[in-house]
Parts: sequence; C-alpha cells; structure tokens
Amino acid sequence: MPTLMRRGAVATAVALVTALAAACAPGSSNDKPESKAPAAVSTDVAKAGNVTLTVWDQEVQGGLKEQIEKLNAQFQAKYPNVKINRVSRSFSDLQKTLRLALSGSNPPDVVEANQGYASMAQFVKAGMLLPMDSYDQVYGWKKRYPKGLLDLNSVTPDGKLIGSGNLYGVSLNGEIVGLYYNKEKLAKLGVQPPKTWAEFEQALATAKGKNEVPIAFGNLEKLPAMQLYGILQDGLTDKEAVRKLVFGSGGSWTDAPNVQAAQKLADWAKKGYFTKDSNSIKWDDTPVNFAKGQGVFMFGGTWWAPDLNDRMKEKVGFILPPAAQAGAPAATMGGESLPWSITAKSKHADVAAAYINFITSPAAMDVAVETGSLPVLAAPSKQPEAALMKEVSAAWAELSKNDGTTPYIDYTSPTFTDGFGGPLQELVAGKKSAEQVMKAAQDDYSAFQKKK
Amino acid sequence: MTTVARRKTPKSGTGSAGPGAVRRPGRAEVTRSPGEPRRLGWLYVLPALLVYGGFLLWPLVRGAQFSLYDWDGLGTAEWAGLSNYTGIWTDPALRGAFGHLLILVVFYAVLPCCIAFVLVAVMSRTKIRGLVFFRTVLFLPQVVAMVAVAVAWQWVYSADGPVNTVLGWLHDLGLPDWRRGWLGDFTFALPAVGLVGTWVGIGLALVLFLAGVQKIPRELYEAARIDGAGPVREFFAVTLPGLRRELAVALTLTTIMAIRNFDLIYMATAGGPGNSTKVPAYEVYNRTFNTGEVGLGCAIGITLAVLAFAATAGIGRLVEGKGA
Repeated sequence: MPTLMRRGAVATAVALVTALAAACAPGSSNDKPESKAPAAVSTDVAKAGNVTLTVWDQEVQGGLKEQIEKLNAQFQAKYPNVKINRVSRSFSDLQKTLRLALSGSNPPDVVEANQGYASMAQFVKAGMLLPMDSYDQVYGWKKRYPKGLLDLNSVTPDGKLIGSGNLYGVSLNGEIVGLYYNKEKLAKLGVQPPKTWAEFEQALATAKGKNEVPIAFGNLEKLPAMQLYGILQDGLTDKEAVRKLVFGSGGSWTDAPNVQAAQKLADWAKKGYFTKDSNSIKWDDTPVNFAKGQGVFMFGGTWWAPDLNDRMKEKVGFILPPAAQAGAPAATMGGESLPWSITAKSKHADVAAAYINFITSPAAMDVAVETGSLPVLAAPSKQPEAALMKEVSAAWAELSKNDGTTPYIDYTSPTFTDGFGGPLQELVAGKKSAEQVMKAAQDDYSAFQKKK
Repeated sequence: MTTVARRKTPKSGTGSAGPGAVRRPGRAEVTRSPGEPRRLGWLYVLPALLVYGGFLLWPLVRGAQFSLYDWDGLGTAEWAGLSNYTGIWTDPALRGAFGHLLILVVFYAVLPCCIAFVLVAVMSRTKIRGLVFFRTVLFLPQVVAMVAVAVAWQWVYSADGPVNTVLGWLHDLGLPDWRRGWLGDFTFALPAVGLVGTWVGIGLALVLFLAGVQKIPRELYEAARIDGAGPVREFFAVTLPGLRRELAVALTLTTIMAIRNFDLIYMATAGGPGNSTKVPAYEVYNRTFNTGEVGLGCAIGITLAVLAFAATAGIGRLVEGKGA
C-alpha cells in the first residue's frame, strides 16, 4: 500500500510540473493590434452577411436604458442582417467583469470601457482595444466632437499618457457634477440659488440653523467624497492644473490649493453640513433620500437628473457649482459618459465601428433628448421638455462654451479610490487632517507614477 | 477479525446473485493480503478526483504560481520572486487587514464557543421546555446564506434600524445618545461586523456541544454531585473534558469561517469606512479584480490557505492534546 501511494504521489507531482511548464507565465504577451488603412474599411453593413454583434454596456437606469434599447432597435431595423446581443450591467459590475472578459479569447465586440488609468489605459497597454483612428478618418468623429472630449478617450499605445496618442472610443452622453437644490425648501428658508461660495455657505448656515440637512451626502463607497473634493478643488485651482495633476503630467496633491480644498471639506463636515453618519449611507440612496426631502442641496451627476425629475417634478432645480469668487468662470468635474470601444479580437470590427457611428450620429442625439438624457453634442431638432432637463442642458451648454470640465479624480491611478477615497472618509469623520489626507493621496499618486 | 468478517460479507452477498460469482478465481485475492486496496479502486474515485483536481488542486497550484509574478491581470507578467509575500508585510493596509482578522477570530470563534458553553452548562443541569424550538432558532443563522445575513444586518445597523431605535428610547429615558451609523463608524464598524459572526457561530457551536453532552455518562454528573461539586466545578470537571473533541471541531470550523470571511464584509461594508474593516479575504478579491494586482491577491490567498492549515492543525493539538 505505501509503495502504491508513493507512486501515485510521484505521478501527480510529475503531471503538475509538466502542466505548469506548459502553462508558463500568466498573461502570455499580446501583440498590439494592427490598425487598418482607412481605404480598407467597409462602411456597408448590409454587405457584411449575418453578423451577431455582442455589446456590453452599463446603461441600466431608466432613461439611459430606454435610449440604448431604442438605438439598438433602429440599427437592427436598418440592417436586418445584424443581430445585437446586448449585455448590460451596472457601472461597478461592468468594471469588475470587463477585465476578465477582455482577457479571454472570445471577448465582446463593443464594450463601454471607462476612461482613466484604472481602466482604458490598462486595456490599451495590454493591447485589448482597437485604435479607432482609421475609422475616424472614414466617419469623421473628430469633426463632430470638441477636442477636449476626444482627448479623454485617447491614450498612447503604451498606456502611459491619457490625452494623446490614438482614439480608443466615442461617447454618447454628456455628464457633469453639479448642484441640485430643493426649490420648496429654499423658498421656505428665503434663500436664492447661490452663485458664489460666500452665498452658498450663507445658505448652508441658514439651513443648519433651521434644522434642515444642508447637503444630502452618502459616502459609503468613497467615490462621493472624491467628487465633492473635486468640485471644491475646481473652485480653488485652475482647471488646467487639475487636468495635469489627474493625467500625471505635473503638479502635486500636496500643493496649497489642493490642501485648502480638503480643509474646506473638513470644515463643512465639522459644521454638520452633511447628512449625519454619511460614511454609512450608500451613494445610490442619496438621491432617493434627497427626493424624500432629506437635504436642501445635493451635489450629484447629471445621470441622476431623469430619475429626480420623475420623483420631484417641479420641486428640484439644477445649477453649476457656485464659483469660489463672483464672476469666476464655472468649472466642474465631468465630460462624457463611458466611451464605446471596439475590442482588438472582434471579428466584426467594421460592423462594430458602423454601430458606434450610428449611435453617436446627430439623429441619435435627438433620441437622447427624447429619452431624457443629456446628449454629448447638441441635438439638431429636439429640445428637452422637463424644467429640470432644461436647466441641466443649459448648465452643460455654458460649461462647454468655456471648456470648463475637469476629469474625474478617480482616473488618477488604479488604486486611487482606496488611496485617496479611504483617507477622505477619515477626513469627513474628523479623524485625519487635510494635510495628512493630501499626503496619502500624493503617496498613492507617486507610487503609481513610478510604476507606470 | 474484522477484516475477515468484511471479506466474507460481500462473498455471501454475491453468492446469491449467481453460482458463477462464487467460483470465479480472483488472482488478486490470492496474492493480496486482506484489506489491501486494489488498483481498480482508482477507477472508482476517478470522477471525484478529476473534479477535485480540476477545480481545487489545479487552481491552488496556479494561484501559487501567480503569486510569484507581478501581473495586472491583462498584459504580460513579470517574475517577482517572493516580493508579493514581503509586500504583504510592508503594506500597512494589508498588515492592518491581518490585524482585523485576529480581532474577528475572537468574535467568530472564541466568543461563540464561550457563549455556547454557558448555554450548554445551563441546559445540561435543568430541563428546558421547548428545547427543540430554541435549538432550531439558534441554529437558523447557519442555514441562511451569508449574503442574506449581511443584508439583514445592514438594515439592523442602519441609521434608522432597530439598534438605533432602541438606543433612541434609552436616550429618551435619560441615557446618553449612543445612536450612530454603526457600519460607517471607524471605531465600531469592525466589532459590529464581528458580532454578526458571533450570532452566526453560536448555533453551530451549541448544536455540536449539545450532541456531545448527551454522550457524557450520567454517572459522572452524579458522582460529581455526590462529591459536592457546584455548577461551576461540575462544568470544569465533567462537561468541559467530555466536550474536548466537539470543542476542537467547533473552534476549527468557526476559525476557518473567520479566515475566509469575505461575503459578509463585501456586502456589509466593502472594507470601509477607510480601511477599518478590511480583511485579507476581501483584499484577495479587491487586489485581484479592482486594483489589478493579481500577483499580490494570489499571495494573500496562499498565505490565508497556509494560515487555515496551521490553525486546523494547531487547534487539534491544543484542544485534543498531543497525538489525539
């Protein structure tokens, strides 16, 4: 019996070692995808034969979902030979599954890959996304989109610098983080929508004095505090400095204005301007609570607007975040929704490009307005009907006019949500000083810059 | 004796199946000593072995291999030697996670066993009406999926959940205001999660101990009482020694539950606020899927596996005594 056991063990060990040797190092190297010459691109989808296009998106919420469903139906009606296999997941679920899906041998054809060093830059570095420059020469996206927006979706092939290199995706909707306010409560407090920080802080103090929650804020996920920090930072710093900092081409998180922004956040937390125990409240619950009347103001993205419009009707308003000084040009975080990209291993890249062109066409911008979204480019013939959507659209237009968007802060590094968002939770809880938090951010940032 | 008996039983069984079966000359039976496994046995275990090897051994080996590389899960991996393992000890967030694990072991393993002992000591002395009912209720958390447990407790601990409601009443009675968002509080989030683990663990320990107590001879209790032992003395002299094996099993199971505690943390706090409820099992997932440090994630996983083995062996030795 012992001999048999030993023989079995030896055989198993030999098998394992052989298998390991065959499997070699994880993630065998991918070649960078070749881009086609523009002349070789086929734009005639009808001639492509029967094609099933697998598309992974994150548009699961009300109006956004309707928008994509409508566009997909229109595309399939126009080209009956194409069947769209749509897989939609929530933003955070998509982030997690996309890595695995892209590294497989049979990835989806079209994916929404988030901008930034945590996602798109990594995918590009690993050669998983197709450069779309030759398709751009055919479809002319660069003529339609402002440069700032296309830069967000551009990366150098080595994944080291966002904002230059090749184009890897095109976005559908615009989005910014602004200030929602409860009109009823504001009227009751006798306060006007604030235009400057001074007015805003006055309003916050008044609300606090009347036992209202001044700012509805839920920060369980760490990202909300990063967005709030970003808004304050935009008020104190030049927008160009923020862009450089996030994309890793200059500046430091410990620079004086950046520390001041954290200090402002800490002050507001200390004065009790946020929902109590905000670190234990889910982000998604924030607009729900706000709609119920918990909160006079709420910082939030335009992606919440269709839902808030349904819940609050005439009671809710939207403005750009107040400027630090009177007359200063408005700036806030935002830009565009997740870009639609083509995977390097897609067998139907030409059809995929035609699909992306279709859903970002001027006619598609009308569909966006119809379904209550904010189209990234002005819709040619439709105007929003709801009052809130009109305000959102006006804010977006004003910001686009003076190029006032800054990138989201979590683009900075793959670990920034933990590296900066975690310390920000401690700042909100009053456990760390502004200096300590910004030092933690800088540590994470410089570690990533060194590795990059 | 017993081997002979065992060999005879199947023979008599096949005998009734057909006359040919009895006379079939088994060559192996001639050369083999009784009870020795035959090579044919491998065929029987082959299906299970394939599943076990494919879904457990192979991933384990690959995991160990990945842990030696610096890999983002997408591109090419670079050989990193043991730097991922040293990274576990130099990264303060990960060191903290292992510290939290130690605290959680107290909540998940030590506390439930202590509480279950008290309950068993009480139950073994007095006859409780509706024992089956209480046993079922206490065991129930073991049956419910951990994800459901996490969601339920998230509500219990929420700003206007039952815990804060009760504390609000106490506040009305003149006590200080202890209400807070428990799972978002830097000081209390970890103990709050730990108590959920205690709640889950008590049932398991109690059912094991109750089964064990029944096999302790009544005479021992009678003897102890005749010798004048009180309830405490009786517990330490009779019940505890009689429950050694059950204690070892309960401690091992609950400790392993603490070590691989992922679902509860993931659902209830996602490691927050800050890093205050991060545990290694959560970091395996976080580093692998969120931050793209697959090598480091695997290194933490392997470390946890080693810890689990060590804990199992250690508890067995400690509680049951050497060689038992």
